[in-house]
Amino acid sequence: MKNRYFFIIIVLFFFFFIVLFKGLKNPNVYIPELQKEKNLSRFEASDFYSNKKTSSLDILNDNNFYLINIWASWCLPCREEHDYLIKLKEQNLVKLIGINYKDNFKNAKKFLNEMGNPYSKILKDKNGTVSIQLGAYGVPETFIIDKNKKIIKKIIGPIDKKIYNEILLIIK
Amino acid sequence: MIFNYIGNYSLIISVIISLTIFFLSISNLQKINIKKKINLNKLNFFQFFFVLVSFFSLVVLFVLSEFSNITVFNNSHTTKPLFYKISGTWGNHEGSLLLWLLILTLSLFIYFLSSKSRPIKERLLTLIFQEVIIIGFLIFIIKTSNPFNQIFPIPKEGLGLNPILQDPILAIHPPVLYLGYVSTSIIFSSSLASLVQGNVNNLWAKHIKKWIFASWIFLTIGILLGSIWAYYELGWGGFWFWDPVENISLMPWLSLTALLHCILVLEKRSLLSSWTIILSISTFTLSVCGTFLVRSGILNSVHTFANDPERGLFILIFLFILVFLSLVIYFLFEKNLKTNNNKFNLLTKESSILINNWFIMYFLSVILIGTIYPIFLEVLSDQKISVGPPFFNKLLIPFLIPFLIFMSIGPNLNWIKNKIFENKIQLIIFFILNLILSFFIIKIFGRITLTFTILLAASFYLFFITFKDLIKKDYKNISQAISHFGFSLLILSILMNSILSKEIIANLKVGEEIKFMESTIKFKKVENSSRSNFKSLVGFFEINNKDDKKFLFKPEIRIYNQPQVITSEADIKTNFFKDKFFVINLVKGENYFNIRYQEKPLMIWIWLSTILIAIGGSVSFFKRYEK
Amino acid sequence: MKIIKFLPIIFLYFSLFSSFSNEKNSQLENKIFKNLRCIICQGQSIYDSQSDFAESMKLVVKQKLDSGMSEEEIYIFFKDQYGEWISYDPEFNTKTYFLWGLPVLIFLLGGAIILRKLAVLKN
Repeated sequence: MKNRYFFIIIVLFFFFFIVLFKGLKNPNVYIPELQKEKNLSRFEASDFYSNKKTSSLDILNDNNFYLINIWASWCLPCREEHDYLIKLKEQNLVKLIGINYKDNFKNAKKFLNEMGNPYSKILKDKNGTVSIQLGAYGVPETFIIDKNKKIIKKIIGPIDKKIYNEILLIIK
Repeated sequence: MIFNYIGNYSLIISVIISLTIFFLSISNLQKINIKKKINLNKLNFFQFFFVLVSFFSLVVLFVLSEFSNITVFNNSHTTKPLFYKISGTWGNHEGSLLLWLLILTLSLFIYFLSSKSRPIKERLLTLIFQEVIIIGFLIFIIKTSNPFNQIFPIPKEGLGLNPILQDPILAIHPPVLYLGYVSTSIIFSSSLASLVQGNVNNLWAKHIKKWIFASWIFLTIGILLGSIWAYYELGWGGFWFWDPVENISLMPWLSLTALLHCILVLEKRSLLSSWTIILSISTFTLSVCGTFLVRSGILNSVHTFANDPERGLFILIFLFILVFLSLVIYFLFEKNLKTNNNKFNLLTKESSILINNWFIMYFLSVILIGTIYPIFLEVLSDQKISVGPPFFNKLLIPFLIPFLIFMSIGPNLNWIKNKIFENKIQLIIFFILNLILSFFIIKIFGRITLTFTILLAASFYLFFITFKDLIKKDYKNISQAISHFGFSLLILSILMNSILSKEIIANLKVGEEIKFMESTIKFKKVENSSRSNFKSLVGFFEINNKDDKKFLFKPEIRIYNQPQVITSEADIKTNFFKDKFFVINLVKGENYFNIRYQEKPLMIWIWLSTILIAIGGSVSFFKRYEK
Repeated sequence: MKIIKFLPIIFLYFSLFSSFSNEKNSQLENKIFKNLRCIICQGQSIYDSQSDFAESMKLVVKQKLDSGMSEEEIYIFFKDQYGEWISYDPEFNTKTYFLWGLPVLIFLLGGAIILRKLAVLKN
């Protein structure tokens, strides 16, 4: 009887040890990655240039792939990925929508003048609430929207060559 | 510098002494040689002494800002005030481990001196088990967390100037806390030794009781200090967040509290011996487990030390060796425990302590499971969830109600048998009184939930009963009366505080004012000034009561430049009825400030009642025994 | 007679409390803030955190409350966007049966052990 208890406890014991051992390897930083496709929530924002209030329904009205990119002039990785955004625009397979995050208008315009403007439309997100509507938490973040208005891919961090190729595969 | 070497070599000397004690004790077990027994006292002293020298060397290195030492470089700065240079010694991973070791060796030294009434073999076995722990820690420190590693070229300035860590309460919080849960190592070692020798009886209980009380008192005060610091420094008026690191300090405390009650049963009635041993093992295990969880980077918390999975692995292995050994020893020698076939009557003190343990173990399991479940879920199914205050509140509060009621009735019962239900009339009167009180409370507050109402009623019940016990002047049970009254006051204060606290959060520009309940808060002005290492922004706020009494609050924002940190220093006005808590914050890019004002009733009673609980324990510790 | 002794305590009790204001909405707001985690902070709720992201999240919560969403709906929204991790209140689903159930099981187990001990020894 006692031996049975002992055996059960030893088994539990090793189970705990192995789990905690494996747990050591996991990073404890949380990154909210996209688990599966989900619908794009409706959001409203002011237009970057005209300051007119626009709704996502009005912008995403074509039967197209869309790419929503959250950027800011003060964000260094955004500069790194900007060339890929220009390339994507030139492919003409996807419409790019930019969301200028917590930025100063003059600095943002300067950024676009310097690096080029890949966006067919730009919206302003002065206080960060629009990005949260999308499910982002920082810059840069990019969302790929398909023809059914679903978010099929979420990229956290700058777009690099590998991700660029993945995007191409999706939108072709 | 020379102290680096002194520190390092002292540790190595300690290892040698520890090994000597270990092997000497083992050889002494076989044959009793009285001369060698006296030497053990000296060896214990020197083991402690050299760890002390090592610790002291580290302190000196910090005080002298000797940046050739990596630990000092990472955690200190020339402009730190002297007090914080000293406390910086234990405010980092390596230094705090050295503190662990210091208390481990100190405890052993004191133990061996004070245990002369115990059989020699039990004392030797305790030495052996304790040495396993000490040697384990020594190896851990020397191999992975050596505080005396050096760096060349010698940096001119250190990195460690986080202003949040420069606080008097935070400085003494670790030593007090460690005195609490590191000393449970002796309880652990002594329990295993006593088990092996078949000495788990009332005499051993009487002997180990002092250790249990001492650890418990320090642990209580240690946790209290942590909460006080969080309240005054972290800025939002909270004092308990169910943060993993907080939970980790609470778990050994719960286990120790259960053990404390058990040991009384063992002493008075020679019952519950096997459960007592299990609790002793679990208390120290929880302490080491806590050390693992905090230092390995496995948990996400505001309080964790630097993450280092390699160190985490070492502690994990060490922890499991300890647990495995104690399990093996328990199962091998469990037959030595004399089972007492005395009757366990229902309405007795022993039964109520059994019930107390039952509930405490439940509380402990809630906190343990809540804290480590996310780790298990992530490893097993790659999903991340969070377990926070709502979980703990939902599972703990409903069970608190019967716990409080049992706590009201239990201590009034007698040992062995309760012929007459004493004080029946008083208990009924208090019960009726509570119904009246609760009725009035519902009328006034209306909106509090039924659970809270019943909880409040139960708390008041305990409060009245323990108050009655306190003024009864029964000196035999005075320590119990004080601690239990303190506990009832604690629960009551926390409850009332959480029900009655009010706050307002708003954005205000200078000159604006806002209404709060029946007062007005006026933002009068902001004063800028420059201090030694920070820029200070003080907001002047005037609050007018309805009686037209004016209160001036001056919360401050500090902008440090090395490192770039912005802190908020709250202005807190305390009196016995409530705390008034005012904080301001900068809002990026705006010309208004974010202000937060809270009125928190009975706040100071939360601290005072905890101190009262510890005082009750101290009274028991210092009590001379009746013949 | 003894009850009269306690009447002054009851009155003192009442005098401690001032009247309430109708701050229902801001209390609900704070309750929600305390329940949501700040992603970029180490173990803080958005109530406790002063970070940019926490401030934005607080604004979103306020907007949603103003637009009429209930507390539950707001939690669902955030969990949808950021995963279950963002809420401090774990759900009761297949992933968390053990989380919620194990402590209660332990409680029942402890009760059973005690009852057995009492029953056995009473004989």
